[in-house]
Amino acid sequence: MDALLEKALGGDIRSIARIISLIENDNPEKDVLLKRIYPMTGNAIVLGITGSPGAGKSTLTDKVIEHFRSQEKKVGVIAVDPSSPFSGGAILADRIRMQRHTGDPGVYIRSMGTRGSLGGLSRGTRESVILLDACGYDVIIIETVGVGQSEVDIIKIADTVCLVLVPGMGDDIQIMKAGIMEIANVFAINKADKPGVDRVAAEVRLMLDLVKERPWVPPVHLTIAENGSGIDELVESIVSHGVFLKNNPDGVRREWRRLAFEVEEILLQHITRMAEKSWNAYKTDEVMEQLLSRKSNPYTVAEDVLSKIIPGTRMV
Amino acid sequence: MDERKIRVVVAKPGLDGHDRGAKVVARALRDAGMEVIYTGLRQTPEQIVETVLQEDADAVGISILSGAHTFYFTKIINMLREKDAGDIIVFGGGVIPDSDIPALLEAGAGAVFGPGTSTTVCVEWLEEAVAKKRAKE
Repeated sequence: MDALLEKALGGDIRSIARIISLIENDNPEKDVLLKRIYPMTGNAIVLGITGSPGAGKSTLTDKVIEHFRSQEKKVGVIAVDPSSPFSGGAILADRIRMQRHTGDPGVYIRSMGTRGSLGGLSRGTRESVILLDACGYDVIIIETVGVGQSEVDIIKIADTVCLVLVPGMGDDIQIMKAGIMEIANVFAINKADKPGVDRVAAEVRLMLDLVKERPWVPPVHLTIAENGSGIDELVESIVSHGVFLKNNPDGVRREWRRLAFEVEEILLQHITRMAEKSWNAYKTDEVMEQLLSRKSNPYTVAEDVLSKIIPGTRMV
Repeated sequence: MDERKIRVVVAKPGLDGHDRGAKVVARALRDAGMEVIYTGLRQTPEQIVETVLQEDADAVGISILSGAHTFYFTKIINMLREKDAGDIIVFGGGVIPDSDIPALLEAGAGAVFGPGTSTTVCVEWLEEAVAKKRAKE
């Protein structure tokens, strides 16, 4: 593991890729590794790109990569696509739109399946960002799965969230709803050459206008990712949001929330691991028979399993 | 819990633009629980090898219908070896004459599946090949 980490920190792509796999597979050694590299992190801009399926997230990501590369910044991308709820398999195809950057040593692209996560990201996303940050990537872009209204986990990881909208999504009430519309720090109204774009932009601006005196008003940009139109302005807003976070109490609050979430995540991971282990050891045919015949019940069994981990635990 | 998914890159090198076969195979591998990274059309060997490394794939499946199979298989296998990644499984299919297959296997391809092969055969072969590869790690 140490040798692998040394090579990864030295920029070896295969080693970085391997460590990300260890993270994704929840290898028990990963925590030690992450603990070691954590002090090296905090330098990267972490950008989340989210939006509905087919909104143009991957194409937009491709153009944003290009923009940062023209400034010689190293870019890491984590592109998440859904895993099958049936087989657990996945078709990871976001990188098709970014393949022209393959071969550029300043760009690392990694595809991930959600593997059961429901918030628009995958289990290993957050920790992979830590690794890429430590390995010296200046900008880390996370492309979420195509989301609906409430997959908002990206705010727990990204400094700046860019929401990609397209014309023809519904009326202004959709835009007023809670959830995904609230998490954007920057809006990209993409496919701006399609009819209806002005209406979407107007409705978003109107919605934003309903709240007065906010420290950061999310800018709304019209983009055509396909030909790069509007990308420079979009990236400018993304960068200024980063500056805003550094100089504003809001930014500190956000970082505070993010760190608290990080601790929660790690705790939950460990507790889940312990619970799974304890339950697997407890799950005999006899216990299952008792449950099937209703001589026992799932609550009592769960309580017994819990008390094996933390003696004396009783469910209230 | 520490579950290692099989990751496979499905790639279309060269200029032929027909990817129905590649999509059928990708879909079958997906339904077998694998994570399939699809590169899209018209990839260079350099792009394919780089994708395989970045994605930490266990295997790369190459689909070729253009007749340039010997060139692309050999090139990709050699490039992987140069990058110290010769352990990654290379397999493929497409329109490849039977008489060319022995040379591809000789060059280091794990298997070459011709038209009409059942996807089950391909999936089972790959599962076994990956298990063997991992046992050596």
